[in-house]
Order: sequence, then C-alpha cells, then structure tokens
Amino acid sequence: MTDRSLARAFSLLLRRDLVINFRQRSECVNPVLFFVIVVTLFALGTGADRALLLSMAPGVIWVAALLASMLSLESIFRSDFEDGSLEQLLLSAHPVTVLVLAKVTAHWLVTGLPLLLVAPLLCILLGLSDEGLKTLMLTLLIGTPILSLVGAIGVALTVGLRRGGVIISLLVLPLYIPVLIFGTSAVQMSVAGFPVNGQLSMLAALLALALALAPLPTAAALRMSLS
Amino acid sequence: MGSPPHFYRFTGKILPWLSLLCTLLIAAGLWGGLVEAPADYQQGDSFRIIYVHVPSAWMSLFVYVVMAVCGAIGLIWHMKNAEIIAVSSAPIGASFTFLALVTGSLWGKPMWGSWWVWDARLTSELILLFLYLGVIGLYAAIEDKRTASRAVAILALVGLVNIPIIHYSVEWWNTLHQGPTVTKFDKPSIHVSMLIPLLLMAVGFKLFYLISVLIRARGELIERESNSNWVSELLEKR
Amino acid sequence: MERCGVLMSGPGQQRSGEPGLVVSDLHCSRDGRDLFKGLSFLLRAGELLVVEGRNGSGKTSLLRILCGIRMQESGSINWGGSPIGELGPLYHQEMTYIGHHDGIKGDLTVAENIQLAKALGKPSGDDLQTILKRLQLSGYNEVLAKALSAGQKRRLALSRLLATVSWLWILDEPFTSLDGRGIEICEHLISSHLTHGGMVVMTSHHAMELPGVEITRLRLS
Repeated sequence: MTDRSLARAFSLLLRRDLVINFRQRSECVNPVLFFVIVVTLFALGTGADRALLLSMAPGVIWVAALLASMLSLESIFRSDFEDGSLEQLLLSAHPVTVLVLAKVTAHWLVTGLPLLLVAPLLCILLGLSDEGLKTLMLTLLIGTPILSLVGAIGVALTVGLRRGGVIISLLVLPLYIPVLIFGTSAVQMSVAGFPVNGQLSMLAALLALALALAPLPTAAALRMSLS
Repeated sequence: MGSPPHFYRFTGKILPWLSLLCTLLIAAGLWGGLVEAPADYQQGDSFRIIYVHVPSAWMSLFVYVVMAVCGAIGLIWHMKNAEIIAVSSAPIGASFTFLALVTGSLWGKPMWGSWWVWDARLTSELILLFLYLGVIGLYAAIEDKRTASRAVAILALVGLVNIPIIHYSVEWWNTLHQGPTVTKFDKPSIHVSMLIPLLLMAVGFKLFYLISVLIRARGELIERESNSNWVSELLEKR
Repeated sequence: MERCGVLMSGPGQQRSGEPGLVVSDLHCSRDGRDLFKGLSFLLRAGELLVVEGRNGSGKTSLLRILCGIRMQESGSINWGGSPIGELGPLYHQEMTYIGHHDGIKGDLTVAENIQLAKALGKPSGDDLQTILKRLQLSGYNEVLAKALSAGQKRRLALSRLLATVSWLWILDEPFTSLDGRGIEICEHLISSHLTHGGMVVMTSHHAMELPGVEITRLRLS
C-alpha cells in the first residue's frame, strides 16, 4: 500500500482501459462522428447564412461537444459493471477515488481528446476565425475533462439501472451549464477581439474543483449502485 | 426522533397544531399583502404577486438545502428518518420552484411584455427545477428504495455544490449578453407595510413545507416499514 | 506499511485461536422483505463455512455483505477485532471475493487479466507461470479472455486467489461451469488454503470432497 504501488495501479488501470478501447475501436470513433454530424445538422437547420452561422458557431460547437461527451459517458463504467470487474475494483486495497480517476482519464483520452482534433474542421465549416479556433481548442482542452469528471458521477448513479441512458441526461446536463457558459463566451469574445483570460481562468478553476471533488461522489455512487 | 414509530406518533400529534398556525399566518399575510398594503406607485396592483413569488423562490432554494443536508445525514449516519425527509422534500421543492417560475412569468408579462425573459434569476430558477426533476427521476428509477435514497442524497449533495457555481455563471452570462439591466425583482427599499405581510408569508410557506414534508414522510415511512410490527399494530388499532 | 503491520497480526492471532471473522446479529432485507435476521457465526483460521439455502434465500446477499459491498440493515461484522466498515481497504487487502460474475475483461489477454488482479494493492502471490500451471491454463497467456470457454473463464477468475495472498476467501458458487477436472483443481485450491491457515466462506450447489477438512454448514431459510 505504498504510493508507488498506488501509482502503478493507476497507470495499469489507465493502460488497461486504453488497450481495451483500442481493441474495439468503433467506440472511440462514434462520439467524434456524432459531434461532426450535430454541427452539420445545425448548419442545415438554420440555413447557410454565413453571418448567422458565425454568430452561432461557439454555442453550436459547445452544445454538440456536451451532447457527444454525454453520449459516450455510459462506457466509463457500464461494461465493468456488467462483467463484475467493478466490484473487484471496489474491493481493491487502493482508494476507489484514485481508481475512478484512472478510469475517467482513460475515458477522456478516448472520447474527449478526439473532439479537440476535429475542432479545426468544424471551425472551417462554420467560418470561425483562427483566433476563435485557438480559443476553442483551449476551452475544449480545459472543458472536456470537466465533462468527463462530472459525467462520471451521473453514470455511477445510474449504472445499476437497466435503462440508465435517458435519465443520465437529466442528471448531468444541468451540471454542464457552467462549462457551456464559460466555454462559449470565451470563443465569442476572442472572435470579437477581446481578451479571454477571465473565462479561461474560470474554466481552469472548475477543472481543479472537479478533479478534487468529483471522484468522491463517483466512488460513493458506485458503492451504492453495487449494493 | 430516531426510531420510526416514535417519529410517526410525534409528528401525528404536532401536525394539527402546525396546520392551524400555518393557516393563520398565510391568511394574515394574504390579508396584509392583498388588502392592507398600498398599491405600488410604479407597478400598480401587479406587484402584489410578490407575496407568492418571493416566498416560493426562497423556499425553492431552502428546500434543496434541507434535502441535501438530510441526505448527507442519512448517508453518513444511516438514519432512516433523515433519508425519508430528503426524498420527500424533492417533489415539494420542485413544486415551489415551479410556482416561483409561473408567478415570475405572470409578473413579467405586464412588466416586460412577454411571458419569458432570460433574466438571471428566472434562468437559475429554471435550472434548479431541472436539478429537482433529476432527483425525482433518479428516485423513481431505482427500485430498492433504500438504495434510491442513497442515490438521491449523493445527487443532492453534488447539486448543492453546483448551485452556487451555476447561479454565478448564469448571472455572469446574463450581464454579458443583456448589458447591466436593473433586474426588476430587486427591491432595494420596501415600505414596512409591504414588508410585514411578505415576512408573514415567508414563515407561513416554511410551515407549509414542514407540514407537507411530514405528511409525505409519514406515508413513505409506513410504506417502507409495512412489514414491521409497529405498522401492523397501528393498523389493528384502526 | 505500519498500518499493515498492525493488521497482519490479526491472522497471527487467529492461528493461536483468536477468532478471525466474527459476525453477530446480522439482519438483511431486500425490497422490504427480510432475508435473514439475527444471524451470528464466527470463522477461525483453517475453517470452511458453506452457506446453504434455496434460491433467493440471501446467500449471495450474505456474501456481499461480508465483502462490504452491500450494507446490512443492522448487526456487525468484525475482522481481527475491528468492524470491516472502519477497516475499509485494510480489510480488502486481506480478502478475495469471487462473485457470480467472473470479473475478467474479454478484450484483455489471460496474462493481462492476471497482471491487473495483481495490481490492486494486495500482497503479491504466485507468479504468472505458476498460476497458469496450477489452473491448467499454460500456453494461454496471449489468448484474449473472450476466446476462452466458460469453464476456462471461471478458472481464470479463480486465478485471483493465487495472484495475491489473502487470508479470507469469499467464494460465490466457485464451481459454476467448471468440468470435473476444474472442480478438482478448485477443491485442491480450497483445501490447500485451509491447511495453510486460511479461511473460506462459500456457497455451492455441488457436494464437495475435501478429505481432512471439517465443513461448517450454515443454512439460510
């Protein structure tokens, strides 16, 4: 039970989840495709007016990112719950919060990071400037881990339900609102040429808070779901 | 208050008195607010909706805090009564929130000329309603009610931490997009004849919550303990 | 490591006759229906407890309560003199649970699954090759677990008992989907664990042949 063995457990669990995801690749591609499709649908739904699209772009991209992240949440704990690995994790001699953090990190690397990679493509589609793209990437980089961390609480609460998918959106989306507000506003401001340090600092503060606090209710909720 | 049968008997005794007191307070508040208080020089009689709107808005947040605190107590010390108060609070809190939203929108119509404005407080209230609905939905979705109350407690605590963040961010978003409009719900100075009925209503609403949460909790308790001896004794007495 | 030292004295005491796992007045209910009430027993080093009862009598619930996964309505479970809820990870360090589910990942190889079981903070047991040999899975290191047969998967789940050293084994129907050979292997694991001073709580529909082992039976109705 030394720190080293804890660090080893963290990295092994992280690597394990990445390997599993790599062996069934389709799971990581789906959220990205969803992200791109939703943005396309918005453009089709509102008409191809460039000015309108540009003014909506930050909000549309962020809402699509929220939904894409939410859709992929279930995979954090669902399969582990079904095959019994989750109860083994809870029975480990390590703090469950650290193991939760490893799983969320893996989930973010697999589903959150790819959103960042396609962001430039969406900026071209919606006509966002380079300055806007830079800020968008930054906000996504800080914001999407928050979505994974907070979302993990929702999954942990509903993983024991046969159909958790619908209710999880009700639990998680209201909690996503601050990220949406600061993320969108940062991009809008940077397009308009204003400094965005304030918004970025707020997002970073939220990330720090989520990193420190979110694993606690997640671990408690996992215990609840397994009991 | 620890044991369920004692809780049941004690609340059964105090409920009639609480109801009487609550009726008196709300009647006095309504009389003072709707009849005694003078009309507002700007808003005329339409301001009188604050006697329902403001106490409901206060209660919407208050009930959430009570729910989260009781949930935490239930979670940590495994106190059944606290768990039950927490889950029974959710629908009542949601109703207060809904009432605050409806009255706010009714008040907004003559003032803003539309039923809905993305005012910071109304928006926060709407999000609070979503949070309540999440709690209610989660409780309904989990079959084992003891497990469900633990889930509700965890969610309510997460919500409690998030409410100030959400509130702050919505307020910030609002000033950013609409410019610093003076929010009409702010009453920097309010005449004493208007304030007293408001306070009476606020206390009346608190009592009303207490009464409804106790009634709900008693029902929930009977249902959960339906196999135990004290419930069957209770039924035999009838 | 100091804290571990304290607990390690637990099993030592048990060998000198001090009780290891003490369960008193346990009450468990599900959906408002009592599964069992007033359940008490104790388990010392080298003892085997077999929990019996028909389906739905609460065998699995009892085992999960003993693991600390499930909450009891009332009653206490002590390990080496302290409640398991307070010990938390320190208790988990000294026990291994094999549930209904195998708890193995189909997309990982046999070797990777065992490696993971070793990484969860319990004292390390046999090395990979020895484990595979004892479970008769030699040569399967690089095979994905999902390609194994149901019996082989169950044997892989049992590898958790060997990958780490723990005093208390809690086994829920360990013989499920094992063939005659697999059952023999599992019985051998159990009796060798008991002769080394370990403790086992298990449920089983299968009548076991464990020469030289005294079986305590607990019947849930």
